[in-house]
Amino acid sequence: MSAIAPSAQTNEVILRLLRAARGNGVRVSVAEAIDAFHTVATVGYDDRQALKDSLSLTIAKTAEEKALFEQCFDLYFRREAIALSGAGLPARDGAEMPDGEGTPAQGPSAKGGSGGGDGQGNGMGTGQGNGSALGRMLMARDEVGLAAAMEVAAEEVGVSNISLFTQTNMYARRILDRMGMRALEAEIERLRLSENPADARLAEALEAARADLIARARGFVERQLALFGAETRREIREGALRTAQLSSLDRRDFERMHALVRDMAKRIASKYGRTRHRDRKGVLDIRRTLRRNMSFDAIPFRTVWKREKIDKPKVMAICDVSGSVAQVARFLLMFLYMLTDTMRDIRSFAFSADLIEVSDILEREDIEPAIVKIIEAVGFRSTNYGKALEDFDNLAMSDLDRKTTVIILGDARGNRNEARVELMEKIFNRSSRVIWLNPEHRASWGTGDSDMPRYVPFCHQAYTCGTIAHLERIVHDLLRDAA
Amino acid sequence: MTLPTEQKVPDINAVEAGLVRAGYIPNRQIATALFLALRLQKPILVEGPAGVGKTELAKAAAQFLDLPLIRMQCYEGLDESKALYEWKYGKQLLYTQILKDKLGESFRDAEDLGAAMRRLNSVSDIFYSFDFLEPRPLLRALQQQGGAVLLVDEIDKADEEFEAFLLEILSDYQVTIPEIGTVGAITPPVVLLTSNNTRDLGDAMKRRCLHLHIGYPDQKLEERIIDSRVPGVSEVLRKQLVAFVQQLRTVDLRKLPSVSETIDWARALLLLHANELDVETVQDTINVLLKFEGDVNTGQRRAAELTHKARREAGGEAAQAAD
Repeated sequence: MSAIAPSAQTNEVILRLLRAARGNGVRVSVAEAIDAFHTVATVGYDDRQALKDSLSLTIAKTAEEKALFEQCFDLYFRREAIALSGAGLPARDGAEMPDGEGTPAQGPSAKGGSGGGDGQGNGMGTGQGNGSALGRMLMARDEVGLAAAMEVAAEEVGVSNISLFTQTNMYARRILDRMGMRALEAEIERLRLSENPADARLAEALEAARADLIARARGFVERQLALFGAETRREIREGALRTAQLSSLDRRDFERMHALVRDMAKRIASKYGRTRHRDRKGVLDIRRTLRRNMSFDAIPFRTVWKREKIDKPKVMAICDVSGSVAQVARFLLMFLYMLTDTMRDIRSFAFSADLIEVSDILEREDIEPAIVKIIEAVGFRSTNYGKALEDFDNLAMSDLDRKTTVIILGDARGNRNEARVELMEKIFNRSSRVIWLNPEHRASWGTGDSDMPRYVPFCHQAYTCGTIAHLERIVHDLLRDAA
Repeated sequence: MTLPTEQKVPDINAVEAGLVRAGYIPNRQIATALFLALRLQKPILVEGPAGVGKTELAKAAAQFLDLPLIRMQCYEGLDESKALYEWKYGKQLLYTQILKDKLGESFRDAEDLGAAMRRLNSVSDIFYSFDFLEPRPLLRALQQQGGAVLLVDEIDKADEEFEAFLLEILSDYQVTIPEIGTVGAITPPVVLLTSNNTRDLGDAMKRRCLHLHIGYPDQKLEERIIDSRVPGVSEVLRKQLVAFVQQLRTVDLRKLPSVSETIDWARALLLLHANELDVETVQDTINVLLKFEGDVNTGQRRAAELTHKARREAGGEAAQAAD
């Protein structure tokens, strides 16, 4: 298996494949892309299966990604033979050929002239028997030639930049133009006007072949869209979700959002997980023991134990799940779940009016059942912050200490019940930090029955937390300071 | 170093043949992975269910490449003093004693403290040196003259800290010992890491590795594996028992039987002198294949149906082969 020196052309093929893979959800880092090139140089293009296996080994790093990549690979390297209409020509071996060799790497040198430039200028002027280059190819059923010509034309019009389905027709038309469609149409027109019945028949045949070619080109562009457009579509959608107001999200988005939140939780966990050191009591730190006992002839009178500093971010999270935040309650709980997953020392509470501790539910259950359970227990009733604070006072106030961070998720709309600000003050005084995350925009704090302005003085930080992007930033800050 | 490997593994087929010689029947992907690992000098991260031959692959690779296998089993709490190196504390303590005596002798004639200190500075300090270093698997793998196959088994069982610590070794084949400095590999070892996916590995780790997923083998491959591992089993029985296991894997079980279980079962059947699969034998021996009580009950309940199916399938194929 000879290593192929990577030329600009082969590089382009692999780069586009990687781009397509990214678009379809395979995460390919730059380092992995470089590895992919080394891999290709080692394995070569000759053995398609080996190439697929090796690239799959190099860039797809989970079972799901492998499935995605392999699908993408097959789609990318599939070059359907241009089956001509009516002819019913059984796919010759040639149908396989473009699959094996018709990659753009080889395309231009073989067919560049005939497919790209030649067709348009030449076709009109040539004599009757000759026809346009494209016409000749169609009549000769030169499937390999047609496939290659389409490939080259596609390259020239930059079809891999396609991002939206509305561009399909435009790109198809451009490709066909490049292949010499205008000359072909002129030829058909001329043949039709001719007196010779043979010409008329030829015109008909060409017309049918032309229609088929158009369909092929569309199909080709649609496949490119599937490969290269996916990335843009996903980016647009996820970008929109990240900054969408939580209250305006519908059920379908929730699924997607869930994935986003989980993604974020994972990122955060992997970033901050290492700051929580384990206690290693009982392991002798020999180096420091020796050093400390130098004055005793290194006879270990005084032992030094290995111990790593542990800074547990102690967090209590209180989440409003009442009717006034009904739209975001699920989301707030999702966030709470994520916090529980990420941090170790966290106690969580949920309330409408009565406040209960939900740490157990969040820890033991999966996210969906956990949310349902909590909402069933206390959710969607009328809010009473005063009562909730009172319950918190009874349940957990004594566990607050100078290391505790208290996070309150809610809109502070207490239905004009007593706000019990003095309890809030108590929390503020006993804990290290109080953070209030309010799904409402700052401008509406204090409007109507919102008690937010009364609580704010007793929060170290109060944020609007209306979108995933907000949330991500806050969690980052929180974890950085807490760790 | 490149020359011998290049000669030994000119292409993927050579790797495949080599592994077969070492008693490991790989599929094409596994052979490709090992080939790439050798050529690109990258570690392979092998994932897949328990018992599909992840560890065996490392052993076979070592045998095929004729390199020593250095195995490091990961577990929670594994740290660098167990994985990389440890100081020989006892010896170090003795050394300080000897040093004290020796220094006392040679400094006796020093006229003042300054002279003694100067002499002390001229004595080379070997307290933290390779003489007092006890190499653990990772360091040992780097120190092998002709290279080695380093198997880091069940990396997912180790802590994240340890995973981070492995990164240096995986990307640069070197480790840093604070007291001595950076120790590079004499010959970069072939590194295989296995994971049962009990937790997600970090992206940084995955990025540095070739990622090989070994699933359950198909009928043909599994037959070849049984043939290679349990040569005494007759062809009919082999076909039947593999067909049975293949079908058992489609049943909803807590733990699906793996290749290692198929091998054990084949051995058990061989010991029982079974020539063909029958329902009774299957019911008696199914606990070799299934490891949970619930699974065993399910298996026994469906034994008759699956056995007949397996016999039919294997028989059909045998008939076809005879044609």
